[in-house]
Formats: sequence, C-alpha cells, structure tokens
Amino acid sequence: MSPALIALLPFIGALLPGLLIRSGRTVAAAACGTTTLVALLGLLLHIPAILRGEVITARIAWLPQIQLNANFRIDGLSLLFGILILGIGLLIILYARFYLSRKDSVGKFYTYLMLFQGAMVGIVLSDNILLLLVFWELTSLSSFLLIGYWRHLPEGRQGARMSLAVTGLGGLAMIAGLLILGQIAGSYDISDILTAREAVQSSPWYTPALILILIGAFTKSAQFPFHFWLPHAMAAPTPVSAYLHSATMVKAGLFLMARLWPVLSGTEQWFWIVATTGLVTMLLGALIATFKDDLKALLAFSTVSHLGLITMLLGFGTEEAAIAAVFHIINHATFKAALFMTAGIIDHETGTRSIARLGGLRRLMPVTFVIGTVAALSMAGIAPLNGFLSKEMMLYEVSHLEVAKQGFMLFATLAALFSVCYSLRFFVQVFLGPERHDYPHHPHDPNFGMWAGPAFLVVLVVLIGLFPNTMAGWLIDASAGAVTGAEVETHISLWHGVNAALIMSLIAIAGGATLLSMHKPLLAAWEAAPRPEAKTIYDWVVLRCVLVGRALTDAMTNGSMPRALSAFTLATLFAGSFAWYTGSAGPVTRPMLPVTPVPLIGWIMAMVATACMVFFHRIRVLALVLVGIVGLIVSVFFAYFSAPDLALTQISVEVVTVILLLLALNFLPKRTLTETPAIHRGFDAFIATLAGLGFGGLTYAMLRRDFAFPTISSYMLDNSYKLGGGDNVVNVILVDFRGYDTFGEITVLGIAALAIFALTQTLLQGRSAKRLINWTHDQRRAGDRHPLMLVIATRVLLPISLVVGLFIFLRGHNDPGGGFIAGLVVAIALLMQYMASGYGWAQERQALPYHALIGAGVVAAGVTGLGAWFNGRPFLTSAYGYFKLPFIEEFELATAMGFDLGVFLCVVGAVMLALNSLSRIARKAGEVVNKTPMDIDLSDEHPEGAS
Amino acid sequence: MEFLVASAVGAITAAGIYLILRLRTFAVVLGMTMLTYAINAFLFATGRLVVNKPPILLGHSNINPADYTDPLPQALVLTAIVISFGMTAVVVMMALGAFIEGGDDHINMPDDDRIMPTLKTLDDQKPEDETA
Repeated sequence: MSPALIALLPFIGALLPGLLIRSGRTVAAAACGTTTLVALLGLLLHIPAILRGEVITARIAWLPQIQLNANFRIDGLSLLFGILILGIGLLIILYARFYLSRKDSVGKFYTYLMLFQGAMVGIVLSDNILLLLVFWELTSLSSFLLIGYWRHLPEGRQGARMSLAVTGLGGLAMIAGLLILGQIAGSYDISDILTAREAVQSSPWYTPALILILIGAFTKSAQFPFHFWLPHAMAAPTPVSAYLHSATMVKAGLFLMARLWPVLSGTEQWFWIVATTGLVTMLLGALIATFKDDLKALLAFSTVSHLGLITMLLGFGTEEAAIAAVFHIINHATFKAALFMTAGIIDHETGTRSIARLGGLRRLMPVTFVIGTVAALSMAGIAPLNGFLSKEMMLYEVSHLEVAKQGFMLFATLAALFSVCYSLRFFVQVFLGPERHDYPHHPHDPNFGMWAGPAFLVVLVVLIGLFPNTMAGWLIDASAGAVTGAEVETHISLWHGVNAALIMSLIAIAGGATLLSMHKPLLAAWEAAPRPEAKTIYDWVVLRCVLVGRALTDAMTNGSMPRALSAFTLATLFAGSFAWYTGSAGPVTRPMLPVTPVPLIGWIMAMVATACMVFFHRIRVLALVLVGIVGLIVSVFFAYFSAPDLALTQISVEVVTVILLLLALNFLPKRTLTETPAIHRGFDAFIATLAGLGFGGLTYAMLRRDFAFPTISSYMLDNSYKLGGGDNVVNVILVDFRGYDTFGEITVLGIAALAIFALTQTLLQGRSAKRLINWTHDQRRAGDRHPLMLVIATRVLLPISLVVGLFIFLRGHNDPGGGFIAGLVVAIALLMQYMASGYGWAQERQALPYHALIGAGVVAAGVTGLGAWFNGRPFLTSAYGYFKLPFIEEFELATAMGFDLGVFLCVVGAVMLALNSLSRIARKAGEVVNKTPMDIDLSDEHPEGAS
Repeated sequence: MEFLVASAVGAITAAGIYLILRLRTFAVVLGMTMLTYAINAFLFATGRLVVNKPPILLGHSNINPADYTDPLPQALVLTAIVISFGMTAVVVMMALGAFIEGGDDHINMPDDDRIMPTLKTLDDQKPEDETA
C-alpha cells in the first residue's frame, strides 16, 4: 500500500463515525477499527522490503514552488512508530468502545481520535519537513479536542488549553528551526537533509536551528521545563491518556529527535542540551510520581520520567545509546499503554483513582491484578520483563560515558530508584493489602472487551522480555538502522554478567523497596515541603497576558465607531502619502480628453447631489433620492466611458438598493438628529476633505499616466473569441477566464442573502418579535396601498420585462448583458409585482423558494465547471458551438451559458431573498396581507386574509 | 475630462467618509454606498478613460488592443457592484435588526456593554455558556 494512502486512511476513517453513529456506537467503533486495521496491514506488508534495507517512498507534488510536497517515506523508524500508532490505536478503539459511558458522544470521540491518529501517522511517514510541520500542528489541534473531550469538566478545558498553548508555542519555534535547517541543507526533503550532516553542523546557524527544533520537540515530549502540561492533560478520558501518553503525542518529539539524529547529533551542544534535559526530566518526573496520589497522575509523571530517559539516550549521540532508546520506546509503549488502561479499568470499576482509597483489589479484580502487576513490574525494571532489558541498556550506556560519567551515573541510579518505588506503589498500594469496604462502587473485573487490549500488551511485555531478539530484534535493527544510518545488528541478552549496570540496577531495586516501606512519613514530609507549582506559574503568566491584552484593546477601541473609522482613515491617508512621497509615479504621459457638454452636465449633477447629500442627509428620504441620483450618474459615467455592461449592472443594482433602503427606512426614524457639536463636525469634515483630496488626487495622477507594466488585457481580447467563443470580452472574462472568481462571488452573494435570512429569522423571535407585534408606525399609512393603475401597468409589464431579461441573458456572451444583469432585471420585474399587487398575491404565485434558487445557481455553475473534467480539461474550461434553428438567427450555445445560468439564478435568489426578508418583518409588524390583487373588494364577502 | 472624473471621485469619497463618521446607522449605510461608488469608479478608471471603444469584438481576426478599452477592470467592477449590493443589504439588515431589538439606531457601543467582568481565574465562565 502506498505510504500516502496509509497516511490518508485514518482521515477517511475520521469521516465514518459521523456517518455511522446512528447505527450505534459498535458500528462506529468497528468502522474506525477497520480503517485502522487496513492501514496497519498496509504498513506491515512493507516489512520484508524494509528489512532488506529499502526505503518505500511516495512523492506527490503539492506546492513545488515552495518545496512543500506530499512526500512520504517508510523506513525502519517510520515502521516502528507506525506500528505503535496504528497497533495501539486499534486497541484503544476497542477499549474506548467499552470505556465511554452512555452520556458521552461517541461519534465525536472517534472522529477526534482518528484525526489525531492520522496526524500522527502523517508525522512519522512524512519525507518533507514542511509536510511534517502541517501534521505536527494537526496533532496539537486534534489532541486539544481529545483532551478537552469532557468539556463539562473545568480541568478538561484547562488541561486542553494548556497543552495547546505549550505544544503550539513549541511548534512555532520548531517551524522556525526546521525552516533554518531546510535553508542550510538546501532542501526540505528529509532524505536530502539526512545526507547533509557536515554542511549543517559547520553552519553558523546550526546552534539556533538546533535550539528552536529542540524547543518544539521538548514541548511535545514534555521535557523539563515544559513538562507541566502533560499531567494536566490527564483530565482527558483514559483511552485518550493511554493513547496520547504512551504511544503517540509525546513520542512525536522523540520521533523528531530520532529522525533528525543523523544530522543534528554528535556535537557538544547536542550532548549537553539533550542529555542533561533528559536526565533532569527523568529524575524530576520519577521523584514527583513517587508522591502522587492520583493513579493517572502517577502514570503521567512516570511518563515524563521515561520520556526523559529516552531523550537522554538520544542525547548521548552514540549508536548503542540510540539502539537502547529505540528499544525503550517499544517497551515503554507496551507497558505504559497497558498501565493506563489498567488505571482506567480501576477508575471505571471502583469509581476512584485515588491510591489512598484503593488497595486490596487483588482478589476482587484478579484479571486486572495480573495485567497491572506485570506491567508495573516491567516499568520498575524487574527481570525478565522487557522494561528490565532496556533499563539495563540505559544504565550500561550511562556507565560508559566519556564525560561527566559520575554525575550521570548518580542521577540515573537515583531516577531508577524512584522509578522502582512508584512502580511498586502501583502494584502494592492498589492491589495488595486488606480488602476494603468503602470503595465508591463494588469492584469486579470488567468485560473482555475492556481487558483484552491491556492483556495483549502485557503478553507482549513478557514475550519481549523473554525472547527480545526473536520478538523485537528485527524491528530494533530496522529502526535503529534508520536512526543511525548504519547497518545495525543487535543482540540483546538478559544476562550480561556482573557489571556496573547490574549493580546500579540492584541498588535501585533495593533502594526503591526501602523507600516504599517508608512511604507514609516521606509523603507527609513531601506534602509539607514548599515547592513551586508549575500550573500556578503558568496561570499567572497567562492571566497577565490576558489582562495586558484586554487593557490594550480597551485603550485602542472605546466602543466609538467614528473614532475607530477616523483613525483608520487617517492611517490610510498617512500610508498613502508616505508611499507617494517616497516612491516615484513616473512621468505624466497621457493627454487630457476634451471636455464635452454632456459629461460636464453629469459632473455638475454629481457634485451638486453630493454636496446636497452632506447638507441634507438628516432628512433620510431625501438623502435616499440623492444617493439614487449619484448612482444614476455613475452608471452614465460607465456608459460614456465604453463600459455598457457596467452601466446596465449599476442602473439595475441602483433600483434594487434604493428599494431595499426604502423598505428598511419604513422602520427606522425618518430623520437624523444633530448630536455632535459643530467643532466635532468640523473635524470630521476636515478628515473627509483630506481623504477626498487624497483619493481624488490619486485618481487624477493615475489617469494622467500610462500603465507602468504591459496589461494582460490584450491576451483576453485576442483569445476571447478563440478560446471563449464570445465577442463580449467582459462577459467572457466573467464566465470563462476568471470563472473561478465569479464562482466564488456568486457563492458569497448567496451566503450574504442567507445571512440576511438568518438575521430575519432571529428578529422574528423573542424580544424583537414582541416589539414588532406592538410596532406603531411613526407616519401615516397610504390610503390605497395597491393603486389600480400600478397593478394593471405592472401586470402588462411583467411578460415584457421577463422577455427583456431572457434577451439580455442570451445575448450576454456576444453583446452587453449576461447573467448578472439578466438576474437583476428579472428580480426587478418580480419586485414590481410584489410592490404593486401586494405580498400575499405575489407569494401565492411564486412556486420556487428563493433559497432553492440560490442553491440551484451555485450548483448549476459548479456542475458546468465540473463538466470540463469529463473532457479531461481543467475545472471551468468552456466549449462552444454555433447552431441554426429555423426562423431564428444563428445563435450560439456555449457551456459558459450554463455557468451564466447559475449566476443568473443566484442573483435572482439573493436579491429576492433579501427583499422578502424585509417584507416578513413588515408582516410581523402588523402589515396586513391581501390575497386579492387590489385592495378594492369586489365581492360582498368580508375580505379574507386581512387578519 | 480626467480632472472632472478625479474631482467627482474625490468629492464622493469625501461625502462618504463624512457620512460614515456620523453617529446613526442610516447615515453610515448611506456613506458606505457613496464610498462604494467612488471606489468602483476608481477601480474602473484604472483601465484609463476611453470613449467609444467598448470591449466588444468587432471582428475575429487581427484584433488590435488599441481599438478597445481595457476589459479587465470592467469585469472586476461588475462583480464588485453586485457584491457591494450584497454587503449593503447585510449591513442594512443589521442596522434594522439593531434598531428593532434595541430601539436605538446609535452606532456606538453603549457604555454598559463595554464593562467586562473582572477576571480572577481563566476559567470563570460556566460550561453552559460555552455550549449555549
């Protein structure tokens, strides 16, 4: 199976729960499980090739211009992590099916889980660091959703936010680091970067890149001092914790360090930063875990500690240490996932995770006891379990260090000692001891589905421990080979003879057991001792940030719109003037056109109307008339300067806009009061004049100069007929050359109309509905709402205007016209009916809902565009031909016409929906609806519908 | 002629800016409509002023760009006109909704709306608020 498909499968799986959840949670879980299994099998099929040393790649060009390509690779390291992610993911899906309660929304859970799984698989299969970054951010986001899954719990929300903040910020640093790395290496492909070790390490940018990348890896893998988010992420449901903190999320940082190990490791900086951070984290995590009461918190800090261990091993920079690191990744994933699931089972069955309230579960939950004990002993590093083997390897590496050997040996032993202590605590204080009678629920073993997963893992723990070379040797060889870039032939054995590592191990076990026996007094001392609480510090910092942000926002916007707009206008003016005075506009080359009488008259009208607008805008109806005048002159302006299409559009939009504003004004106050003092108005006028001078000046400067660069319009003119089959170049641009833009624009128009509809919907409910029902109009109503003359005239006009609309639509491709204008004309024709004959009468004859028109329009345009695919052409490529029908002139049929039909429908629907919404508000406000065309009731009956 | 166009664009802009600085919604809507005219005219004018040369092909061969005005700004402005209608419609409905709901067509945020709850911890709000 192609690596790209393996990475894609979980995302496909993420769609399934939403579709299938109505069939029940088992079906949804099975669907997710099946997709995961298919992906896992696809991965496993590559094993033979990878063991032969091959690297499987898939390359898909995505954005080659910025070297962002969907390149995937499977080598030993990807294989190891892929198996962990998909294999443990499979067990988690099974476990979660039984863990989640009836109240939990299971579909959402599985969707988040599969998204997360996909992101993780993406990280480990990426062969392009930019692609890797995309998946990296995706894990931050999807883990946020998973950790905050129980969003009714404040801890869940806080934990989710904290993990997103920490890992997200680390991710930002990492983006910078990886970009630098890619720049040094000259390529963003991991395969290329891995070969550029010398270039990278000799570059002066090596240290900054290293630090930035490590910040990303450390935040993700919860290394000190970024470790604090991980325990708080435990507020998530246990399946999530088990998945995120054993095999996936926190291992992503380790994966990255392992992936870039051949390039970055081996330097002094690498050793000191990575190895010491790992050591400190290992010790600190183990120490805190020893004193945690919550089972999951104990496991969380133990995870922190083990991640530190692996980080330290990677930091050593030697091949043997890398092998040990890889081996411990496998072992930790197996026993830690089992332990988390055990903790979840205990929580599920007893109702508590507090160790102080547990104990004596050995007889009550025998199966869980066995699973938990074996896993805990493995975590403690007791022979012959797998945890023992990798811990011995770790201690062996520590005792063979060339620098700072004593320090590392001391602290590593100490960490191992605490590790033994908390592991034994899990086993002794939870399962051993006397049975109690005060568990919140009566505990018993869960059903098979819940313990099957951890049991399977525990079997692996034992088998790897006993037969490490058979069980895991091949995987270690392959993955460690991929990390180190050398042929690796490991041989792991249980018995190495008495060496330093064994002695350290024995000290740790003895010390840990002793520590456990003194646990009570020590715990009291620990609780009493003052220590910095990371969450308090974090909260303090975030709260300060929020307060500063709030103060800034408050200072900048005080809720005054004119203030904000003045500032905006002045800033724009300043930016424009700055550009004008620092740049050069080129010489004045265009001669002025002579002024002829007609444009001069238009200019005078526009200026007078604009001036009146400013002086009389308080009389709102008059202002509306003036706006109409300016609009009409603008359309004449378009007509005069060779833009017939624009003139037609402008004039019809003008009609619709004025009607819309008029209908709205019906409800609004009819006059604006003078509220601002004269000095304030003077200042506003000053700003407005400056802006006017600036924009007018800019227009003049532009009009007097020729194009700075040759325009692309000659291409459109040349090819309008050849490629688009139309003579009207503007229309061909709209429906063909720039069809994609137009497609977006009609969609936006449709969305605007739907937003208006939604707004109306909310206005017709609740408080505003009450106000509307009691609405008193501030002006007298007309006596004759539907004058006879108007009714008759519009009735006659309707077919004519529809024909005009059709005519404009059909000629659009070759002559001024087209879908936009035709849509507006038809909308106006319909509007006339509503205005003249009344809403009720018109609505009865209106068969299609306007939403449907908008939808049909977008679909028609889209389907026309898709049609091009079937001819093997790109989206929206058009075809055309000329036809001859008897009695009619030769006419043209182009696929672009289908697109234009979509534009037409969308425009009609949007305009009508907007105006229809206003009429709904009017009816709510007591406007009566007539069923008869005229208000004169010719029958003797009481007029119906007047209620 | 260029001067006439530029001065008209400037005047309409100035009127528009003055109107959007008013305190009532209707005046602001009118101001935005005026600004729309000015900006559309400006965008159209980026193709420069050409009289009597509409971009409608006269023949299908030997097309000389000098015979036609620039069609590209026209196509851009055509959709801009329609989109600005959509925008005006949405803004008008918002203004109307605010007036019906609040009984007031002031554009500024009322002072008591600006008072924020004091922030003690980061998780003050109840989960009901989030889901509602």
